Amino acid sequence: MSLGAITLLILGLGVVAWLAARARAAAFAAPDRPRPHSLPGQHGWYVALWTAVPALIFLAIWRQVSGNLIYASVMASPEAAALPAFDMQRQAILSEAYALATGRAETAFNPQAGILAPVYESAIGFYNWIGLAVALLVAFAGGAWAYSRVSPQFRARTRVERIIMMGLLVASLIAILTTLGIVLSLLFESLRFFSMVSPVEFLFGLNWSPQMAIRADQAGSSGAFGAIPLFWGTIFIGAIIAMIVAIPLGLMSAIYLTQYASSRLRAWMKPLLEILAGVPTVVYGYFAALTVAPAVRDLGLSIGIPASTESALAAGLVMGIMIIPFVSSMADDSIAAVPQAMRDGSLAMGATTSETIRKVLVPAALPGVVGGVLLAVSRAIGETMIVVMAAGLAANLTANPFDSVTTVTTQIVQLLTGDQEFDSPKTLAAFALGLVLFMVTLALNIVALRVVKKYREAYD
Amino acid sequence: MADMIQSPIQAADAAASSPKMTARGVSVFYGEKKAVDDVSIDIHREHVTAFIGPSGCGKSTFLRTLNRMNDTIGSARVEGRIELDSEDIYASSMDVVQLRARVGMVFQKPNPFPKSIFENVAYGPRIHGLAAGKAELDVIVERSLRRAGLWDEVKDRLAESGTALSGGQQQRLCIARAIAVDPEVILMDEPASALDPIATARIEELIHELRGNYAIVIVTHNMQQAARVSQRTAFFHLGVLVEYGETSAIFTNPRETRTKDYITGRYG
Ligand SMILES: Nc1ncnc2c1ncn2[C@@H]1O[C@H](COP(=O)(O)OP(=O)(O)OP(=O)(O)O)[C@@H](O)[C@H]1O
Ligand SMILES: [Mg+2]
Repeated sequence: MSLGAITLLILGLGVVAWLAARARAAAFAAPDRPRPHSLPGQHGWYVALWTAVPALIFLAIWRQVSGNLIYASVMASPEAAALPAFDMQRQAILSEAYALATGRAETAFNPQAGILAPVYESAIGFYNWIGLAVALLVAFAGGAWAYSRVSPQFRARTRVERIIMMGLLVASLIAILTTLGIVLSLLFESLRFFSMVSPVEFLFGLNWSPQMAIRADQAGSSGAFGAIPLFWGTIFIGAIIAMIVAIPLGLMSAIYLTQYASSRLRAWMKPLLEILAGVPTVVYGYFAALTVAPAVRDLGLSIGIPASTESALAAGLVMGIMIIPFVSSMADDSIAAVPQAMRDGSLAMGATTSETIRKVLVPAALPGVVGGVLLAVSRAIGETMIVVMAAGLAANLTANPFDSVTTVTTQIVQLLTGDQEFDSPKTLAAFALGLVLFMVTLALNIVALRVVKKYREAYD
Repeated sequence: MADMIQSPIQAADAAASSPKMTARGVSVFYGEKKAVDDVSIDIHREHVTAFIGPSGCGKSTFLRTLNRMNDTIGSARVEGRIELDSEDIYASSMDVVQLRARVGMVFQKPNPFPKSIFENVAYGPRIHGLAAGKAELDVIVERSLRRAGLWDEVKDRLAESGTALSGGQQQRLCIARAIAVDPEVILMDEPASALDPIATARIEELIHELRGNYAIVIVTHNMQQAARVSQRTAFFHLGVLVEYGETSAIFTNPRETRTKDYITGRYG
């Protein structure tokens, strides 16, 4: 019997337990007796959960453990003594035997695998039977214990509530633990990188050329890992050029939408603007690479600046467009949150609408707008597709927007695509870059949320 | 009906100078709904005029017609004629920016801008270009704060935020802000209803002092307050101006039973 079938069996037992407990609890209710604490269905759930959950948890653990046990018992069998000593060969035969045993392969390519397959099969069968027996035992024990507690006074309702709460807690922990795991792996790999390249060189070095020589006698054998040109490129595109585009356009469209547009126009324009946020970034990417970049290069050439096809300006402009909805919707929210009384107060002083906007609404909404801009920056510097397609690979340290620069995300993609050794500094550098990016983004998000929250508290 | 209300007032006015503001046959609609119905009234210089009446009777709505603040509400529509010094304020030749500089407004809930105390008061003078330089602006700000009775409390912290003041101080700051542009009329919509009794007494005192220089219109739900601060009282009910006259007459000897019932608290 396979583990899948055992699982189904346990679930079936749960259903039986539910019905049995419900029937028993239903018998408590009688007109002449005090009302039972919990409804029959709740007793049913209590017993069903006790029947199925511990048994399923056992099965989940057993699945992990039994693999090793099966392997150990196969290795201990006399048939395994004939296996070749060379590890790779032995593993190949074993996995073939396993495939034969579980019916995933028909004929043995290697005669030894054919010999081992029955051994494997019997080991698998043996441990599955143990698994089934213990799981059933656990299910019956849990179910019987819970069933014995069913009584009119028993608070099945609160117990079930607590079990559900635990389930929800576990669900939320999974997300948190995953994040934690990612951070830890970033940290761990980065530490390995920093054991090969000094953090000072990485954080402050001006020269980035991560190509390591494959043979020691090749020219330029040692890579350089000064990430400053990458940081600068990221900031130049994501935090400077993109924001020069996104802040004024986003803010002005928010002002127009909240202060001037009629409610009918607003109902049309706001969703249209938000569609911008839904365009896949890869679409922005080829828009940047195929349409904007050549136009920018021609512009540069026409005003006499030697411009490359992959320019910081092209990537930054398109990224700015992409970010507009973020800035605009945050600004929209914070302007709308400024109390009407403030606006009335200014208008009653004889201020015009635009004076009111400039002198009262925007200053009052500023913290929210700043928060929105910070969130937008954190998104822009983490953005990958646009810069991969339009920004280029040359790690230039330049302030000329027509020149090509490279960013942290572009380099991570570069470092990790293609065949890689997973312990060379070149590959590990990607983790260090990822770690820096993650920390900066995290810090920006925290600051932005703080700013926005503080501001919200001021008005209500 | 308008004539019946007007006649005794006009007799009393014969001695006084011409009214500062006059309203004739003013109705206000929110969409299809009529909120103020055919109101005619005179607002006098150097007088405090109180508007009283049950909630929802249109006091605020009518008050807001006097400086065209209803223009900011899309659905609101005003009919009839309102004059300020015999000039039609709804005429196309009237600039609403200038009108609001002449007819200032203080709101029920103190609404200082999230700026410094100084900048709050300097807001109007800056917009209307009343001060040639910083020195002149300083003079205007100090004078306005003194008149609003707030100067001594804030003179050492003019750079602090206006929103950091107490509720009563904030309201006096709003009054200072309104008088900084030297208006001729000040409209106050329940200016003390959000304040404690002591702060309320300060505001009433202030209204009393300001009366010498401005025509003041105040909406209030507090009968004693109307009796204490005003010289004239108008009683509104269901959008209609029921009775208007000397405050003492309205409170001691109302002609309408509806007025009497309201003042004696039989409904409201
Ligand atoms: N912006 C608006 N849109 C639609 N109707 C409104 C608006 N403002 C007020 N009204 C309606 O107009 C009528 C008069 O309202 P108004 O605010 O003038 O009353 P009020 O006498 O000031 O009441 P209160 O003493 O409660 O302040 C009410 O029926 C109200 O519902
Ligand atoms: Mg009102």
